[in-house]
Amino acid sequence: MNLSQFLILAEGAQTAEEVVKEAMSTSGGNHLILLLTVFVLAVFIGFEIITKIPPTLHTPLMSGSNAISGITLVGALLTALANEPFLVRIFGTLAIILATMNVVGGFLVTHRMLDMFKRKG
Amino acid sequence: MSATWIDLCYLVVIVLFIFGLKGLTHPRTAVRGNKLGSLAMLLAVVVTLMATEQFDWTLIVIGMVIGAAAGCYLAFTIEMTAMPQLVALFNGFGGLASVFVAGAYLMIVSDQSPDSSVLIATAVSGLIGAVTFTGSIIAFAKLQGLKFIKDIRFGGQQLLNLGLLLAGLLFAFLIYQQPAHAILYYWLMVAVSLGLGVFLVISIGGADMPVVIALLNSYSGLAAAATGFVLENNLLIVAGSLVGASGLILTQIMCVAMNRSLTNVLFGKLQPSGGGGADADEVYANVKSTSADEVAMMLEVASRVVIVPGYGMAVAQAQHAVSDLSDYLTEHDINIEFGIHPVAGRMPGHMNVLLAEADIPYEQLKEMDVINPTFEQTDVVIVLGANDVVNPDAQNDPNSPISGMPILEVHKARTVVVVKRSLSPGFAGVPNPLFAADNTLMLFADGREAMVDILNALREG
Repeated sequence: MNLSQFLILAEGAQTAEEVVKEAMSTSGGNHLILLLTVFVLAVFIGFEIITKIPPTLHTPLMSGSNAISGITLVGALLTALANEPFLVRIFGTLAIILATMNVVGGFLVTHRMLDMFKRKG
Repeated sequence: MSATWIDLCYLVVIVLFIFGLKGLTHPRTAVRGNKLGSLAMLLAVVVTLMATEQFDWTLIVIGMVIGAAAGCYLAFTIEMTAMPQLVALFNGFGGLASVFVAGAYLMIVSDQSPDSSVLIATAVSGLIGAVTFTGSIIAFAKLQGLKFIKDIRFGGQQLLNLGLLLAGLLFAFLIYQQPAHAILYYWLMVAVSLGLGVFLVISIGGADMPVVIALLNSYSGLAAAATGFVLENNLLIVAGSLVGASGLILTQIMCVAMNRSLTNVLFGKLQPSGGGGADADEVYANVKSTSADEVAMMLEVASRVVIVPGYGMAVAQAQHAVSDLSDYLTEHDINIEFGIHPVAGRMPGHMNVLLAEADIPYEQLKEMDVINPTFEQTDVVIVLGANDVVNPDAQNDPNSPISGMPILEVHKARTVVVVKRSLSPGFAGVPNPLFAADNTLMLFADGREAMVDILNALREG
């Protein structure tokens, strides 16, 4: 390998590095697109599944999906865990109370209802 | 725990949620589906807590204990007839939780010049969450029959709603445009949105409630999804959008079942029929009333009976009495089924839950499209606390305000017994010619007492 060849290679390597850097700096914008993609695909999955649920189970579906929307609890925990001003943690704690109520109450009352459907059937 | 592991665990949670919902496609697998869902939620919480190594447990434990205790109390003490209220209340809690999470996160990141996408997501999360919260609380108060809430309509209400919405959007825009004051604008936006939620729902009542509850259900999911965008968390996005989709589908089903558009339910009102609709006194000139003994005699010789329940059954808490009657008829080889209109009751599936509570097998609960062709071969139909959903004017009178609404065609049966306290109109406020039809007999009584009386007469006879 002569010097000129080496220099060309080295230059190439530098450009590659730049490309990677550039790619990483734009990934902020792409990240939002990625999240949006996940959102839209999940809505489609939701439509596919939910349309197959019989009307007789629509009330348990509502209370059960309600419990699932209590997933905000994860967000609430993340904010309450943050080592931040007291007010932030108070908001986080309030959100935890509300979301836990949603999750626990929602799943339990759905179970109560579904048990009734199971009893005879 | 590394970020990759956490994200992988979240992925497992997402898959479990999807399988859980799939379980709800059949009553046999539904209990398992719900358990899967709750297991997934537990996993999500545990993983999230393990993500941080050192933190102050106190507030978290206090919050979760209070929340779980309140949730248990509500879930175990609620009457099945009051299920719509409970779901409304839970929707509201979900919305408010999103408001707090987005608000807290904004305070955490406000001094680090947050991304514009985070700011937008925060605004969306707060706006939807706040509307969901107050809207649900009003819906709850109405369903619970709290005295201080009335159906309020006033001139310029739509204008007020539009104004509040625009103000909310303006503050949302300001959050995005002036990140330095984002926190102030956020809470201003929340305040405006809280007002919007109140005025959107306050004028909607009665039979339109199923649509409102389904829509708020969808909003609570969308608020969670928006919070997911704030925290850039796939789990929240997927779970929230599943719920959002579910609520939207139910909203759509309810609207189709009333032959009304969503805009009409939310902003319009049922117009009194313009001249074409008949006067109540005229319609009810030939109403024939009957007694429990007479109904019992008809049932004894019937071979097929259909019961059509409505909100009145829930009000009268008549489901157990209905179940006893149904058992008696089944024991005596009389075919009995239940015809359930999609908007019967105050939420999707309301009647089904009440009848399931009373131990009636779900195979006997038939949807409108399935039961309608069978009415001609039905000897006796008992309409229990339903009105507009069995009004033949929806098919016959193009001028009727409910014209075009799909109905249960009970008038095609040989005999129709309508159990009702009086001839008062249903939610649509129109007279029902079914009550005066040749093959209809009115049994003026409380729903539960009527069922008990008929059963006693059957046993004695």
